[in-house]
Amino acid sequence: MSSFEYHRPTSVADAVAALGGGDEATVVAGGMTLLPTIKQRLADPSDLVDLSGVGEMKGISEEGGAIVIGAMTTHGEVASNPVVQAKIPALASLAGNIGDPQVRNRGTIGGSVANNDPAACYPAGLMAMNATVHTNKRAIPVDDFFTGMFETALEEGELVTKVSVPVPDKAAYIKFPQPASRYALVGVAVAQTGGAARVAVTGAGQDGVFRVADAEAALSGSFSPDALDGVSVDADGLNSDLHGSAAYRASLVMTLAKRAVAAANG
Amino acid sequence: MTKMTVGQPIKRVEDKRFLTGRGKYTDDINRPGQTYAYIVRSPHAHAKINGINKAAAEAMPGVHAVFTGDDTKDLGGIPCGWQVHSKDGTPMAEPRHPMLAEGKARHVGDPVAMVVADTREQARAAAEALEIDYQELPAVSDTGSALGDGQPLVHDDVSSNLCYDWIIGEEADADAAIAKAHHVTEIDLVNNRLVANPMEPRAAIGEFDESTGEYTLHTTSQNPHVIRLLMGAFVLSIPEHKLRVVAPDVGGGFGSKIYHYAEEALVTWASAKVGRPIKWTADRSEAFISDAHGRDHVSHAKLAMDENGKFLALKVETTANMGAYLSTFAPCVPTYLYATLLAGVYTTPIVFANVKAVFTNTVPVDAYRGAGRPEATYLLERIVEKAAREMGLAQDELRRRNFIPADAFPYQTPVALQYDSGDYLATMEKAIELSNYESFEDRRQEAASRGKLRGIGFSTYVEACGIAPSAVVGSLGARAGLYECGQVRVHPTGSVTVFTGTHSHGQGHETTFAQLVADKLGIPMENVEISHGDTNKIPFGMGTYGSRSLAVGGVAIDRALDKVVAKAKKIAAHLMEASEADIEFENGEFRVAGTDKTTAFGDVALTAYVPHNYPIEELEPGLEETAFFDPLNFSYPGGCHICEVEIDPETGVTEVVGMTAVDDFGRIINPMIVHGQVHGGLAQGIGQALLESCVYDESGQLVTGSYMDYTMPRADNLPSYTVDDHCVPAAHNPLGVKGCGEVGAIGSPPSVINAVLDALNPLGVRDISMPATPMKVWQAIQDAKMSQAAD
Repeated sequence: MSSFEYHRPTSVADAVAALGGGDEATVVAGGMTLLPTIKQRLADPSDLVDLSGVGEMKGISEEGGAIVIGAMTTHGEVASNPVVQAKIPALASLAGNIGDPQVRNRGTIGGSVANNDPAACYPAGLMAMNATVHTNKRAIPVDDFFTGMFETALEEGELVTKVSVPVPDKAAYIKFPQPASRYALVGVAVAQTGGAARVAVTGAGQDGVFRVADAEAALSGSFSPDALDGVSVDADGLNSDLHGSAAYRASLVMTLAKRAVAAANG
Repeated sequence: MTKMTVGQPIKRVEDKRFLTGRGKYTDDINRPGQTYAYIVRSPHAHAKINGINKAAAEAMPGVHAVFTGDDTKDLGGIPCGWQVHSKDGTPMAEPRHPMLAEGKARHVGDPVAMVVADTREQARAAAEALEIDYQELPAVSDTGSALGDGQPLVHDDVSSNLCYDWIIGEEADADAAIAKAHHVTEIDLVNNRLVANPMEPRAAIGEFDESTGEYTLHTTSQNPHVIRLLMGAFVLSIPEHKLRVVAPDVGGGFGSKIYHYAEEALVTWASAKVGRPIKWTADRSEAFISDAHGRDHVSHAKLAMDENGKFLALKVETTANMGAYLSTFAPCVPTYLYATLLAGVYTTPIVFANVKAVFTNTVPVDAYRGAGRPEATYLLERIVEKAAREMGLAQDELRRRNFIPADAFPYQTPVALQYDSGDYLATMEKAIELSNYESFEDRRQEAASRGKLRGIGFSTYVEACGIAPSAVVGSLGARAGLYECGQVRVHPTGSVTVFTGTHSHGQGHETTFAQLVADKLGIPMENVEISHGDTNKIPFGMGTYGSRSLAVGGVAIDRALDKVVAKAKKIAAHLMEASEADIEFENGEFRVAGTDKTTAFGDVALTAYVPHNYPIEELEPGLEETAFFDPLNFSYPGGCHICEVEIDPETGVTEVVGMTAVDDFGRIINPMIVHGQVHGGLAQGIGQALLESCVYDESGQLVTGSYMDYTMPRADNLPSYTVDDHCVPAAHNPLGVKGCGEVGAIGSPPSVINAVLDALNPLGVRDISMPATPMKVWQAIQDAKMSQAAD
């Protein structure tokens, strides 16, 4: 890797200022994607702005029917947090099955949503639970935040500061791991809040996470696996690779959706 | 009396240093003034190199030198250690394998240049400044079509991509038997390409001492003496006495560290040019495109049977991928280590095989754990499974009707080998019992009640290992002998250092060999040290592969121990004033037969080095003996593996729920180490069957170039094994030992696939290729549904 300037600000404001300083400055949260990319010489930042010292981006709290998670909260912290476990066990479980223990102790929710890896777990979970992504500038509904593969609504100089997740009545996330990498080949999250169902899929879509309107409509009528009989997703537009054809992924989406509904119903 | 250790599960003495991070691997070694090499590799599968401009790279900070094929073109090429002849008698095509590409790159990863700098980062940065003018050429990567019309030629001086066209057996006899058979089962198979993936990537440090003219190479090798011979004699013209090769602790090999690689010769040669030691360490991505790969066969086979299912003839046509160049052992793997095993454990009277080896624009393919024998076993056990279904016979029944009976040994097969011993029926009966085969249908129904498809699969196999008989392998094309050397040095106080030409890179030799020595000399294991891996310490050796260490190397040590005991008896006779013929040796004590007169081994050792009272006119002082052992035959482990799987038909996920392995190892020295070897082999066998696959695209780019896409088996992919044995001593070595390192990887893959096919059989699925990934299983189910709907 090449040399770079290292910054470790202690406030969001300082972080944003540091980010504006270098030609090719970039933030590092847990570094789970960025550091391997630098080591492979696929990224060559001039400045690394390490957010690990920003106290206001950490921590988990319950605020008005939602769980609010600071952007620099690790997957391990989300998985083991008693409030998350009690209020949204599906989210704790999702976080607890990301990567391996090393990744869960370094990787952060803010890093994951800002990166929007098309095979990441958080985007599906947060989209199903209708979360809101907060930045240093604004609050962005999750449906507007994830805009494409590795693409988000974040603008230049904009940092994810926290994520607010409304507590659903029921929710579950099931990941079908790609056999080699164990990222989600397909991951399906379902959530039911006040009779309305949301279904979000990661791993399968060419543009990243997406919702399945037909499945949501069916589940909003009856939140049961059987309600999804006859519902399908179109294989066109789904990813196809060595580990999963588009048709296979389309089949997995519905299989996992049914299993997720069953799991959510307990 | 010292407790006997042979047959006991003694904990491995080497594990303390390995498990506490104290192992000393090549990359742990740093030499004074050491520099670092970075190998620039072709990003293209096939490209003409119009020119290389070194100027910018040479001017980079810390750079000592930049070498290209122009600098190494007058040195030898990387040699091949085995010559196979085609059926018309012509020798195989053996194009030059340059250390650095000479005008052409022939696979992704082919070394094109080497940069030497003060640090690894400087070398890599300079490598990026190297200007290489590549002109991309069409490439061929697919095994089955490499000989097709219009395919690009890998080598300009080889008129087709054919390396050799080899046969064994009489084709006319096989055709005649097939023509008049009651039933003929046919099968098309692909044996998937694999990457060995030892935990430690390859590394090498070259060093030249100008004052003595001596070169030293530290390298990650399974056979340092072989590297010294190949590199010294064929590549760099350095005589043995001026070349030391050290293979210190090595973190796994699985075959991939047998071969002599260009990087070893490059750092050795360049260390004299640069005047500084040079270290090279591969990273994992580099290992994927530069370590020799394994397997990669495409085969068609026919099995002819009479009305009772008795096998009449087997005819096999195989195309084997050699990759872009011939690696050290490559030509023998799909011939002498494969086709000679096609009789398997059966009495098939006629076997004919035709093997075409082809060049492609891919990484060279060579031996990988099992080497040839897994390919033979996979083909046989798949076609036997299919034949049983077609004949309406149970899996075990068809095998029973065709097994070589236990009283038929030594058994001469129609494909050159003579099996010395075995009891295939007994191993299968034991595996049937341990796997609860009789109650399988209950388990199938219980699984069905949970929506799962359960299947059970058999594999009964024999392999030839203890790779040795020099005369035999010589007649088959080996350019080296395959004996082994053992040297036993008894020190004055009675402790012992043993020097072995085998190499331990995970096998536990420091424990197993010490058990042999301790029991034979009647001394505690702690008094025995096993030394290996250094050509300056060990007289000679051919290394470790082909499950040969104990059956060849262990016997060499045993022979040297015999010589030590014989000399010690003479000394003891002198000390006790008795006739040598009356001296007995047992439990570390020399005794005059029929008396209570004794002298201890330690006293005899001391006397040998302090010969004050000594038969000096008849006997030299000292107590150190060397033996070479070259057995008259291979050893032939065999056994039965029974796999049980459960498949989720909605996702296609296969879970291995049971794996029973009952193998014949001959005499067992350390059952814990033997069973541990089986565990590892089974993991790699299940890996090949369900998970691992090295995939190239049509342009010759490696699709599975990292662990993001190459699926290594992990603990949660594997069941809790049932491992047992039924042993018949080997007849061709005095220890009666066979091999154990490869059996798991040889026997298990077809048992897994046969279990998958058994599970899917009710749905109408009749074939699936390795690895049976979730997508492939799901697709096979969809295709069967479509086909049934069409019917």
